[in-house]
Amino acid sequence: MPTLAITHTVDARGLSCPMPIVKTAQACRVVPAGSVVELLATDPGSTKDVGAWCRATGNELVEQTIDGGVHRFVIRRK
Amino acid sequence: MTAATIPTFDPITEAIAAVKGVPQTAEAELPEADGAVKTRDLLIIDYSGDLEKVWAALILASTGAAMGVRTRVFVTFWGLQVFVKDSKRITGQNWMQKMLSAMQRPGISHRKLSKMNFLGMGPWMMGRLAKQYGVASPKELLEAAQALGVEFIPCQMTMDMFGLKPEDMIEGMGEPAGAATVIGLMTDNSTPLFI
Repeated sequence: MPTLAITHTVDARGLSCPMPIVKTAQACRVVPAGSVVELLATDPGSTKDVGAWCRATGNELVEQTIDGGVHRFVIRRK
Repeated sequence: MTAATIPTFDPITEAIAAVKGVPQTAEAELPEADGAVKTRDLLIIDYSGDLEKVWAALILASTGAAMGVRTRVFVTFWGLQVFVKDSKRITGQNWMQKMLSAMQRPGISHRKLSKMNFLGMGPWMMGRLAKQYGVASPKELLEAAQALGVEFIPCQMTMDMFGLKPEDMIEGMGEPAGAATVIGLMTDNSTPLFI
């Protein structure tokens, strides 16, 4: 799979609910449509919340991985 | 006639017996955003000025706005005190209004817990724990909510009763309104919460 060009990274490591979502939403407001946003979070609840946020807002969750307690989400802005 | 001869009817038991199956909600997924299902607008009536309730209201408001849900917060009674500028110490026109503000300092950074306040020990510990676990403070959540377009509507009646002027309130508050406006916002397309 080709690596997507990340437009913007949201570093929400160490932040609890709802800040990973709030910061992602804020980032998606400023980047142009179609760009790829990466979210890094340590909140275990983000595994479910990011999916729910993507479904509600129509953004695409391209990738979801975990590495050493850090969840990484790759989101394509609609 | 003794009580034993009266036929027993327990409406709660009957109601439980009438329920078929267990509702499957635990693993329910959100519907796909295909345009067919839309999350309803969120209307929060923020009545309480207690730290823990204001916190919950602002978490929901900021998340709602982050999810693209039109979110309005009607702030009334003790909830209105939260949206007075932190720098204001004494508010009001007459001695009673002034005394009320002196007894409970207005502003988002001066909230007390409804339980276990212990002269500020409780909120101080909550603040320490929040910082330790990366939980955003009510002030940070309020700033995020405003940046994401949450509308905060002050209650005109409460403003009058507490002698609050528009310049006492934080920046970015909406036009003051009343109960009829709130009831009018409770439509098929909204979820009202009273906190």
